[in-house]
Amino acid sequence: MTQDERKEGIKGMANPGRYGIERVAYWLMRLSGLGLLGYFVAHIYETSNILRGQVGWDEFLDLTQTTEGHLFLTLVIGMCVFHTVNGIRVMLGHGGVGVGKPARPDYPYDPASQNYRHKIGIYSAILLAAVAMMYGLAVMFGE
Amino acid sequence: MAQVSSIADEQTSTPLSSSKSITLKIARYNPEHDESSKFMEFSIPYEKWTTVLEAILEVKKHFDHSVAVRYSCRQATCGSCGMIINGKPRLACFTKISELNSDIVTVEPMNNFPIIRDLAVKFERLFDSHQKIKPYLIRDDSELEADAKEFLQSPQELEQYIQFANCIKCGLCNSACPTMATDSSFVGPQALAQAYRYVADSRDKGKDSRLKIIDDSHGIWRCHFAGSCSQVCPKGVDPAMGIQLLRGYLLGFRS
Repeated sequence: MTQDERKEGIKGMANPGRYGIERVAYWLMRLSGLGLLGYFVAHIYETSNILRGQVGWDEFLDLTQTTEGHLFLTLVIGMCVFHTVNGIRVMLGHGGVGVGKPARPDYPYDPASQNYRHKIGIYSAILLAAVAMMYGLAVMFGE
Repeated sequence: MAQVSSIADEQTSTPLSSSKSITLKIARYNPEHDESSKFMEFSIPYEKWTTVLEAILEVKKHFDHSVAVRYSCRQATCGSCGMIINGKPRLACFTKISELNSDIVTVEPMNNFPIIRDLAVKFERLFDSHQKIKPYLIRDDSELEADAKEFLQSPQELEQYIQFANCIKCGLCNSACPTMATDSSFVGPQALAQAYRYVADSRDKGKDSRLKIIDDSHGIWRCHFAGSCSQVCPKGVDPAMGIQLLRGYLLGFRS
């Protein structure tokens, strides 16, 4: 990528604050998607340890019974909940649901597609992810 | 020399002599001989109504006339003066310095566009994408030869697309789009919104051919509804809405 092309690249995603909560949601959706993909691969590797018998399986499972393991699983819970709830919002939006109706715009041209319904959806996804993570932490560290 | 002087005189209609001033940082880059862009700083007086474009023209008039900037109408109609102002794509003629609430105003060329020089960028790709989606009414030739010279339309039918007809092709939406930032082949929010403008027009009969064009791996499916395009549009076009409604046709939610 040359300077001449001036593609913003990944750093354009790494600075989501310029465009409001919708861009933050886009950024979190990407990150949580990549995180869940990584977890999916790790999960396949983890479950394949059953081929080593019960001892091998128990040894590997012990890795998740540490403080770091609990924090990792809490992160997975958060990513999973956010990605699911925000994914439903995005899918509805992709079908044209809740994006408003075309109308003659008036200054200062607040975009109808960035309306309160979608903002509520984004904040709900973040809130539910936080609640699920706290519940996960309480279960794993509460014993 | 006399010609240069007359152009400079024409550039700023309002003399800037306020006690208030800002530091204007202009990105300078010539792809023919510069390795990277660098900023030049100028102290520019401004009034409440002074636009960023007027400040740039002040620089051209009094400090450095070699600053490359494209502009024409100065009233957000021609779509020529799009640039990144304090980190966000905006029209320079439509952005007042006083609204930025900053003592430093940084202007850079738009992202996701090749640079001609300094603040001027190439629009070829945007125009190519726009042309690709057939931005005109498609009718049967036989209808055009008939006696009827008008295709009547109700006010309700007009409302379905008139918002999207406000597009001035300034490129700000393409500059803000996170997909455009990483995918060089993406058709872009500008062209997709214009595809919706013609698909939603009751006089048009080219819906199927347009949907076929955008139903591509680098077409409408690359939009992830980040909405940044709509937030920077200076004309209230709301490309994100148009794209989602257009996707509704492809998903079978609309007919």
